[in-house]
Amino acid sequence: MRQLLILSGKGGTGKTTIASAFIKLADARAYADCDVDAPNLHLISDWNVEPIKSDYYGLSKAEINSEMCIGCDQCKQNCRFDAISITNDEYKVDHFACEGCSVCEYVCPVDAILMVPSVDGELTLYSDSGKVFSTAQLKMGSGNSGLLVTEVKKQMRSSAVNAELAIIDGSPGIGCPVIASLNGVDMVLIVAEPSLSGISDMERIIDTAAKFGIKTAVCINKYDTNIENTKKIKDFCEKQELTFVGVIPYDSNAVKAINNGLTIVDIECKSGTAVKEVYNKTIDLLFEESIN
Amino acid sequence: MAAEATDMKIAVLSGKGGTGKTLVTVNLAAAAKTATYIDCDVEEPNGHLFFKPEGITEEKVTVKIPMADEELCSGCRKCVNFCKFNALAYTNKLIVFDEICHSCGGCILICPEKALTEKDKVIGTVQKGTSGNVSVYTGIMNVGEASGVPIIKKLLEPENQEADKMTVIDCPPGSACIVMESIKDADYCILVAEPTLFGVHNLNMVYELVTLFKKPFGVVLNKCLDGKNPAETFCIENNIKILGRIPFDNELGTLNSNAEIAVNESEKYRELFSVLLQTVTKEVQSCGSC
Amino acid sequence: MKIAIPVDNKTLDTNICASFGRAPYFLVYDTETKESAFIENTAATSPGGAGIKAAQMIVDNKAAALLTPRCGQNAADVLNAAGIKIYKTIAGSAQDNIDAFTDGKLSLLDDFHAGFHGRRSN
Repeated sequence: MRQLLILSGKGGTGKTTIASAFIKLADARAYADCDVDAPNLHLISDWNVEPIKSDYYGLSKAEINSEMCIGCDQCKQNCRFDAISITNDEYKVDHFACEGCSVCEYVCPVDAILMVPSVDGELTLYSDSGKVFSTAQLKMGSGNSGLLVTEVKKQMRSSAVNAELAIIDGSPGIGCPVIASLNGVDMVLIVAEPSLSGISDMERIIDTAAKFGIKTAVCINKYDTNIENTKKIKDFCEKQELTFVGVIPYDSNAVKAINNGLTIVDIECKSGTAVKEVYNKTIDLLFEESIN
Repeated sequence: MAAEATDMKIAVLSGKGGTGKTLVTVNLAAAAKTATYIDCDVEEPNGHLFFKPEGITEEKVTVKIPMADEELCSGCRKCVNFCKFNALAYTNKLIVFDEICHSCGGCILICPEKALTEKDKVIGTVQKGTSGNVSVYTGIMNVGEASGVPIIKKLLEPENQEADKMTVIDCPPGSACIVMESIKDADYCILVAEPTLFGVHNLNMVYELVTLFKKPFGVVLNKCLDGKNPAETFCIENNIKILGRIPFDNELGTLNSNAEIAVNESEKYRELFSVLLQTVTKEVQSCGSC
Repeated sequence: MKIAIPVDNKTLDTNICASFGRAPYFLVYDTETKESAFIENTAATSPGGAGIKAAQMIVDNKAAALLTPRCGQNAADVLNAAGIKIYKTIAGSAQDNIDAFTDGKLSLLDDFHAGFHGRRSN
């Protein structure tokens, strides 16, 4: 199974819009949404079955038993994350600030602190007639979602039987979840946007992906909003020897399609036509055998 | 222009990327007589591209990482077993994995031989500069680091908030712990929403977040087109104050994509953002001690 | 000598697990006594640093070599520090790879992917 990951660096460039079009065009039997902080792919996916949901546990978090607490203040003094405070004379741990290091548990002289399992998110799996869609939602305030991203991909891989191609909608940024999504994929498609912010972020994500040595291609969405910047991106790709796979114009019909729960290839529109070209070039590159 | 509420701290956030946080934050700061702009999107900071600040001074942000004195280390492995993040390993000496370490200090405390001390490691920088009437603070996280939270803590240090100056905070997208850190001390939150199905879904997430943190807030609808606006519907259904509407406009799009500050280049947008600033100021004043 | 292999199931004809750090089990095989032991990988459910913790387990089980399809840089750092050699597995079961190893047919793994926190490979 070849895995294609769609990333952007900057948010709002159109990863999910393009990923959903690719999934439709490929009639993909396996796909996943790794943007666990703000997943969107499920909003334009059509499933008639109930998904399987499971809890995702992150690091355990500290809880103080106020009956046993003697108010020695050792926990508060030793907490590097400002997670312990006193409210109404009671020592309490801020669930969101707690990083699960367990230093407080260690320093408490009366064993009043325990590390308690914490549900940090929820995994969801849709599976029907050999097609699978894996996604997850991180609970707000949770940190370190790299493991949840890994679980989303693992869930997809273990349920995907006979799938030749898997399409993965990635998350914005360059942090832990992006790194986790890069692990083990065969190719990355970067969706760039022709704004200075978009270019700056694109360079950072390319730098991040380069560390993995994964085949990388770039396309530009909403290219006609700034032709000059579009050219800048094309020149950059040439200099960096990255494969450029095409451009997609800004299209108000794209918004209309998405708002009606459809992909841009479900209706007649210019962005839909353009994305087909980008898709063909990307898939050719993905399945191309390396000549070594 | 109405008098601005001095000292107010406004955080601008959105669940989804690309809705216009930086557009709104940058232009609000520029529309004010004087302001401080803080870019907390440390993974992908963009505000500095618009402000092009001058006179930049830089401060490194460090975290503490343990290091072992091999003479004192007895190889008991208590530190390795304690570390909840698996940042330590022991073969014939202690190995520390800097980027995984959360700097909790636990291993230092637990070592029975007192063989561990701490050294500083740079994870990013905070740059300070000025652009016209705006003090610009930019947080930049080095690629590969585990958490941007220490950089945000440095950015939001009270010393950086100058007296008699409004502060606007450009937050990272999403609602994870890094966003929570950015809004912790804000007096008021502006949620930026785009009129798409995805936008509303993610607006809901930050709506829950600001409600949980009991922050007063309002919504700015961006990229407004004709036709139904699911984000507007969401606000009406939930009794959320709509602070303003920014139309989808090629002129604004072009200015923005060239990293130009709209209020400086267009009278129409100077007017729009000044009005928005007045509206927000009134909201902050009316909500009393927030 | 003992060799370790990340596996999906507790049998010798099992598949090799695609991931080292998050494999459900490790097979520890003694090439002299021909005994095999399966140990549960407690690193699999760690939110972070799984490769490091898994590598520590291999060190603690006194394996002289690890056979794996892939390995992260962080795990490799631990294994290298302990002098444990890392070999690239071939397609087939755990038994197939044990045989290939004893016949000297496996090559050393030389490309390590960056850890989840971006450390460059040397």
